[in-house]
Amino acid sequence: MPTMTEPSAVSAIRSRLAADSDIQLHKRWSPRILTGAAAAVVVLVVGILAYTVIAGGTLHWDVVLQYFFSGEVIKGVGVTLLLTGVSLVGSAILGSVLATMRVSHNVVLKVIASAYVWFFRGTPVLVQVVFWFNLALFLPRIAGWDTNQLITPMTAALLALLLNVSAFMCEVIRGGLLSVDPGQVEAALSIGMTPRQSLLRIVMPQAIRVILPAAGNLAIDLLKATSLVYVIGTRELLGTVQSISSQTFYVIEMLIVASLWYLLLVSVASFLQARLEAHFGRGAGRQALSRRERLRRRAIAHTEEKVI
Amino acid sequence: MTAPAVDGVADVPVVSLRGVRKNFGDLQVLDGIDLDVHAGEAAFVIGPSGSGKSTMLRCVNSLETYQGGQIWVGDYLVGAERKGDRWVEAAPKVTAARRADIGMVFQRFNLFPMMTALDNVVSGMRMVGGVRKQAAERRGMELLDRVGLSARAGFYPSQLSGGQQQRVAIARAIAANPRLVLFDEPTSALDPELVGEVLDVMRDLTREGMTMMVVTHEIAFALEVADSVYFIDHGVVVESGPPSQVIRDPQHARTREFLTRVRNDPHEEP
Repeated sequence: MPTMTEPSAVSAIRSRLAADSDIQLHKRWSPRILTGAAAAVVVLVVGILAYTVIAGGTLHWDVVLQYFFSGEVIKGVGVTLLLTGVSLVGSAILGSVLATMRVSHNVVLKVIASAYVWFFRGTPVLVQVVFWFNLALFLPRIAGWDTNQLITPMTAALLALLLNVSAFMCEVIRGGLLSVDPGQVEAALSIGMTPRQSLLRIVMPQAIRVILPAAGNLAIDLLKATSLVYVIGTRELLGTVQSISSQTFYVIEMLIVASLWYLLLVSVASFLQARLEAHFGRGAGRQALSRRERLRRRAIAHTEEKVI
Repeated sequence: MTAPAVDGVADVPVVSLRGVRKNFGDLQVLDGIDLDVHAGEAAFVIGPSGSGKSTMLRCVNSLETYQGGQIWVGDYLVGAERKGDRWVEAAPKVTAARRADIGMVFQRFNLFPMMTALDNVVSGMRMVGGVRKQAAERRGMELLDRVGLSARAGFYPSQLSGGQQQRVAIARAIAANPRLVLFDEPTSALDPELVGEVLDVMRDLTREGMTMMVVTHEIAFALEVADSVYFIDHGVVVESGPPSQVIRDPQHARTREFLTRVRNDPHEEP
């Protein structure tokens, strides 16, 4: 209700409002018109581009479809997945070893792991791919073996990708280990766990929550980075479509085939990553409880409040 | 100073510190600590922030190493093993087994966030003690009932208040029937209205005759339930004895000064 101290104009409006109990609020049109105009412009630009490509371009979508499921391309996809899978598993192992070295108290282990990360993270992966392929140029024999026999396009690609990704994986794992409160280790030790038990049963399950999203991104980057090794003649997905297009001259079509496959693989990887993250999210405060469990807990909380 | 005798077996202390020294670099944290805790005794350790009292407590179960003197728990020397006629550093497995027989309650609770309250309580029994799931969970529920939280067994720590978390942590610490429980400022991280429920649980433990070492700023609580009180400053025991003496009638100026300060500001932060 209006008080005597209020300015008369304000109290006049208020008394009028009180009289009309239902207020009709009118829309403001100017921002809606502006965003609507912007949307129209964007649709126009996209439309023109799409029309130019579809009407004016000479894309053979039948060729895309034909090669998308061809045995040769499927084989290339297989090699891409093999390169990704082996590098990922290998880097999880080597990365864990390196991360353990970096967080250890031994200076020598620390320095060696840090130098590894510094080198392999600091040079382009393409340079590393070409380097391993040409290893024989300065190291003709390795432990009695002919280097040229050991280093095939496949082994050079695997070596380069695995060693490179391990450096990144080391940092991802180390970040995960450091993210766990040191109090967790102390609590684990205080109930009688050995340091190894506390690492495996208490620290790792918590670190994995920090590691998984970053490792997932790394895996997706790796999946796409495998395309780099086509420069040394590895017949993975990109290498395969490149060789097809050099024979058929369907250059753009074959790039579209490769792109669609990469998009498909990355989509599947993203889905798997989301599932894994949900699985390891227990106790983080956002775990999904069943409706029944939620209601039960609310009832408990309610009765406890009453007692207190 | 001798602590009150319990049952006449009190002659062999559960914990015995003799001239314990520790330094972090140039900083002398413990400068010759002498202290005895007998079976069934609740020994309270008070003192200013940075006086070394938490460090001393952590030395007792090897969360810290010490550089001089001796810490005995029952019949073993903390951090060492007898090999023939020499002392060698205790193996990690030996240290772990010794820790399993000492409970510890931390300032920041340190519950395992990916486990429910019940799983936290039984974690030691299951992962260290090798107790079967069913038996462990039965005992776990008993322990949760003792701290008034059996209805919260399936809750994760993030769904519990600070006071509830600390009560679960106490249940976890006493799950293996340890010979000794260490409390490292158990109420310092709690909102004032939640302190009482944790102190209630601790009071019950002292009544049941649990051997305890408690580092705390809760002077009134120490006066109420402690069997002995040690005032530590600058890494040495300045004054010790029954609470009625150390807290009610302190003999040293430093003790008096500290007690006046803490009474004016009971929640002095470490």
